[in-house]
Amino acid sequence: MNKLVRIELYKIFTKPRTYIGFAAVFLIVVSIQLGFYFEGEEILDFVIQNLKDSFLFEGKLINVYTVSYIVLTSLWIHVPILIALVTGDLIAGEANSGTFRLILTRPVSRTKLLFAKFFAGWTYTYLVIILMILLSVGLGSILFGSGDLLILKGTLNIFEAEDALWRFGLAYSYGILSMTVVASLAFMLSAFAENSIGPIIGTFAIIIGITVISTLGFSMLRPIIPYLFTTYLPAWQLFFDYELDYVKISRAVFTDLAYIILFLSVTFYHFRKKDIVS
Amino acid sequence: MEKEVFLELENVSKKYGTINAVNNLSLKVFKNDIYGFLGPNGAGKSTSIRMILSLITPDSGKIKLFGKDLSVDRYTTLSRVGALVEKPDFYPYLTARKNLEILGKLSNVKNLDAKIDEVLDLVKLSSRQHSKVKTFSQGMRQRLGIAQSVLHDPDLIILDEPGNGLDPQGQKEMRMLIQKLNVERGITFVISSHILAEVEQLANRMIIINKGKSLVEGEVSELLEGSGILVTVEVSDPEKALLVASKFESAQDTELSENNSLRLRIPRERIPELLAEFERNAVKVYSVIPARSLEDYFISKIGNE
Repeated sequence: MNKLVRIELYKIFTKPRTYIGFAAVFLIVVSIQLGFYFEGEEILDFVIQNLKDSFLFEGKLINVYTVSYIVLTSLWIHVPILIALVTGDLIAGEANSGTFRLILTRPVSRTKLLFAKFFAGWTYTYLVIILMILLSVGLGSILFGSGDLLILKGTLNIFEAEDALWRFGLAYSYGILSMTVVASLAFMLSAFAENSIGPIIGTFAIIIGITVISTLGFSMLRPIIPYLFTTYLPAWQLFFDYELDYVKISRAVFTDLAYIILFLSVTFYHFRKKDIVS
Repeated sequence: MEKEVFLELENVSKKYGTINAVNNLSLKVFKNDIYGFLGPNGAGKSTSIRMILSLITPDSGKIKLFGKDLSVDRYTTLSRVGALVEKPDFYPYLTARKNLEILGKLSNVKNLDAKIDEVLDLVKLSSRQHSKVKTFSQGMRQRLGIAQSVLHDPDLIILDEPGNGLDPQGQKEMRMLIQKLNVERGITFVISSHILAEVEQLANRMIIINKGKSLVEGEVSELLEGSGILVTVEVSDPEKALLVASKFESAQDTELSENNSLRLRIPRERIPELLAEFERNAVKVYSVIPARSLEDYFISKIGNE
């Protein structure tokens, strides 16, 4: 099993497309940070101009936590695409390139191969999020220094620096879980496809489609919305409430886990029986 | 002593929708055979090969490798099989050596580095081992395909169209390599091909399938020469030669051909007597050329379907 995982990791990290994800995260995060570095005060002044009538703001509002929160909000739209770009290719890419004919004629268990592939894909997902953390929190600390976190989230939430750090830790941890759902979805679609374009676009289409339908708020769809995984993609924001809502957080975590199990079960069931005709 | 059966298919069938890709196919490949697997395009050769290699699951029937049921003992049986199925596709962004390293690890090859050196040398790709496969020509990929199929010292190698993409020189080298591996290492081969000359020169046993069904299976020599071989005889006087040949009891299907020649079917061992008969009748013989017997045989079998 270890051997299979090492091989799959090697294949992922020697493929040029893998680095598109890292490069995109790097570019987006650094661009946002540079934007705030040079024009952050003006932007923040504009955002809180109405609040200034009622509140007195003191200290450094453009700091690592505020910018990291803005990075998280804006990047959470892009990350699923970057995840699907690699995980959607894990099975379909082999089918498309004909290499399943090489590896599945070896004494290799299909189940173990899938586990190895998924684990390798998950490692990639994990590393993308880690890069986000390193850039937003690490590089952000150097560029902006520490300070209180200011969030406009229905209410004005202000957290002290010490309080912000663990919240970011939990938000990123939840981010890894919710992106694992995206990776599982792309992986499942990949098992049904013969080329990678379908699963990559399919994953994004499903996420966007369900999100749009959920947002429109049709009354007939309301009962199923709590059971959709897309409902919980932005649930990392729950960690930035003053009082953590453990019921909501648990529901988000369990729904994510249920979808991961569902998507992987379908993948394994289908792929173990799949005829390799490519 | 009975020969050891390396591969056996018993009434294997596979349907795609309403199409019978393979229909009750049975065959036997013995140890040390070079077994030709023939059939026109769409006959079911590739589907059969994929079922033998567990890429496709049969709807019914049994596949045995080395006497063991493939569906029960896939792991140990496949570790003794090498294969090249259709196109030789590799990871294009990796070097030839790295591709072999991955495949060698999957097959648990011991002393992998030395083994890779050996097989690269065998297929004459040592000088390009560090080049990415995407820079390889079709012929080089085909040779790399052969290299990966022998990497784990298999007892049985299944090659699906091994001559594809090779120039005549490359095809000749491929045939020589197969013969060498068969003789020197005792490797059994199953070769699917539509290049009949390739199979004719290599195989000792063969099967012809069409529309998923077996038409004929057996020793190549017995199948081809059962009713004699077809020869073209170039002579000084074709009319007279036709008369002589028509009266010769073992000659069949005698007819005039182009360029002062006549064609006839005759048992191989009776050819010297026929030539002596021509000489007695003052007919000079300039050449005796065997026709492409497998091609004729193949067409006669397929044509009857």
